[in-house]
Amino acid sequence: MAKNRRSTKSKARGTARALMARGVPGVGRSPGKRSEQVERYKQLAQEVGPKRPLARNVLAAFVVGGAICALGQGVLNYLLARGLPKEEGIGLASAALVVIAALLTGIGVYDVVGEFGGMGSAIPITGFANSIVSPALEFKREGYVLGVGARLFTVAGPVIVWGLVVSILVGAVRLLLGAP
Amino acid sequence: MRPAIAGQRRIGNQTVLFPTRPAIISAASVVGPKEGQGPLAQEFDVIKPDTHFGQATWEHAETTMMREAAATAAGKCGLELQSLDLMLAGDLLNQTLASSFAARQIYIPFIGLYGACSTMAESMALASVFVDGGYAQRVLATVSSHHDSAERQYRYPTEFGAQRVPTSQWTVTGAGAAIVAAGGDGPAITAATIGKVVDFGIKDSNDMGSAMAPAAAQTIVQHFQDTGLPANHYDLIVTGDLAEVGNKILVKLLSEAGLNLGNRLDDCGLMIFDRQAQNVKAGGSGCGCSAVVFCGHLMRRLLAGEIERLLLVCTGALLSPTSYQQGDTIPGIAHAVAVEANASGATGAGGGGGGRI
Amino acid sequence: MTAQTAMTYVRAFLVGGAICVVAQLILDLTRINPAHVMVLFVCLGALISGLGLYAPLVEIGGAGATVPLTGFGHALFQGVAKNVATEGPVGLLTGGLRATALGLSVAVVSGAIVAIIFNPKG
Repeated sequence: MAKNRRSTKSKARGTARALMARGVPGVGRSPGKRSEQVERYKQLAQEVGPKRPLARNVLAAFVVGGAICALGQGVLNYLLARGLPKEEGIGLASAALVVIAALLTGIGVYDVVGEFGGMGSAIPITGFANSIVSPALEFKREGYVLGVGARLFTVAGPVIVWGLVVSILVGAVRLLLGAP
Repeated sequence: MRPAIAGQRRIGNQTVLFPTRPAIISAASVVGPKEGQGPLAQEFDVIKPDTHFGQATWEHAETTMMREAAATAAGKCGLELQSLDLMLAGDLLNQTLASSFAARQIYIPFIGLYGACSTMAESMALASVFVDGGYAQRVLATVSSHHDSAERQYRYPTEFGAQRVPTSQWTVTGAGAAIVAAGGDGPAITAATIGKVVDFGIKDSNDMGSAMAPAAAQTIVQHFQDTGLPANHYDLIVTGDLAEVGNKILVKLLSEAGLNLGNRLDDCGLMIFDRQAQNVKAGGSGCGCSAVVFCGHLMRRLLAGEIERLLLVCTGALLSPTSYQQGDTIPGIAHAVAVEANASGATGAGGGGGGRI
Repeated sequence: MTAQTAMTYVRAFLVGGAICVVAQLILDLTRINPAHVMVLFVCLGALISGLGLYAPLVEIGGAGATVPLTGFGHALFQGVAKNVATEGPVGLLTGGLRATALGLSVAVVSGAIVAIIFNPKG
């Protein structure tokens, strides 16, 4: 502990000295020195700054993510009970969640869920819907073409692009390997 | 250090003196509802019930807010806005949109400024230069920030469900306006230390306090070096929006540089919100943060004589959404202005108001 | 509700929650941006599906495996695999979007409609 504290202090002193040397640290002039300063300062900032509440965040993500998926399961069970084939049921259940999340985003609730649940609300398909609706809504003032139309894909675009690319690549590799 | 040359107003490396002691004859603050629920609620001139300000876009809301702050400041000292010589204004939006659009309606000579969240000190320092140099009689210095217009530009759409991290700060919805004049009643601006851009390699845009703290330390240390003043000269040294993280780092950096300011050091980002109850994580930020805390709370304390000498050190993180996305580090800057409660000690013109206090 | 139905909820909760926990850990430990985590998970889903490991997870978790974005990646790859089987190599390019057309169309259309009706609250 004591050792740790001392090292923090010497780090701070080094940074302060750098500040004092010529009024500004030798930013960009001597690369080696700059990277040392940067490293030292980064450590100082990390030691001083508050830690992310990992346990709380993980628990919240588990509860919120789990709850959203259980809700999806409820819709799925209902659809299966109505005699829908499983694959169609899975697609429709996700679609139902998307509609719910879109509405919750519209009335200004989903960002509150996101603030609480973190990845628990972002990773389910509802988070995907939120990532589509929120920029569309926000940039409505820039018009329906370059505002809503273009911004709607701010996050959804990358998700679709890279998901598609990876799935095609994986499929191609399997095809080349002659996998069944 | 370069010595002061007789007749010159520049001392040391970064500091300018204002021997005519330009006075802040009026100041006003306009804030949004969240700021109006904070610990400084009593100190603001106008608290708006919602963040839309009756406008259709966040940008118009911010423009309206700035205009109202300027009008309130002018009204408080019985002046017409149109009678002012110059408007120096800045905000956080691209192309300083809010300032330019506010200036379009105020319609007086206008210079737009960008110093990120350091702009309040920047505008007051420049206003003092104009007034002290005799280039203007009365200058309007005004800045604004709006939580939602800043969010959509720098971070995510306002309805996007992202979690805030503990080092992140809450952009203040608020505008402050100060009228700096040659002569007249009010606290006097006696010196300004113009900051340099300092970058210690912080990349995390959710940790602006760390990015700006070295700039604040540099400016404060340089101010004392340039002026030769003792560390206890100021009753209060207030940084702009370092918040919890940046403030802690600053204390550390200053103490290693031999400056132990103790409770003489505070931060507007820490003062404006109740961090726990209002869930703002590390504290407040944005140009409006130091602007409304200065134009509201600190001006009140200066006028009431609770503070004799104040050093306002507004801190800015000079990142842009582009630089952030390209993985660049965040440059910081800090400008300081020294304000004294009583304008009566004037050494040059403009001390006339003193006798009436 | 039968005990069997009740268990589907429990399993969905556990599997879905666990996937989100992994995402939260990645976010907080690597400090990357939430959007990057979302993209990463779709890609991971497609990859794991390609290795034949995601289908068993769907069997266990039901909606707990299909609702997270990894499930979207899984659906993309399943579509590719299915169309490759029926159409040959051209199925590589047709399968993904065909399989996810419902979800994507609903998301885009509801996004547009909500944007028309509502305004951001801030």
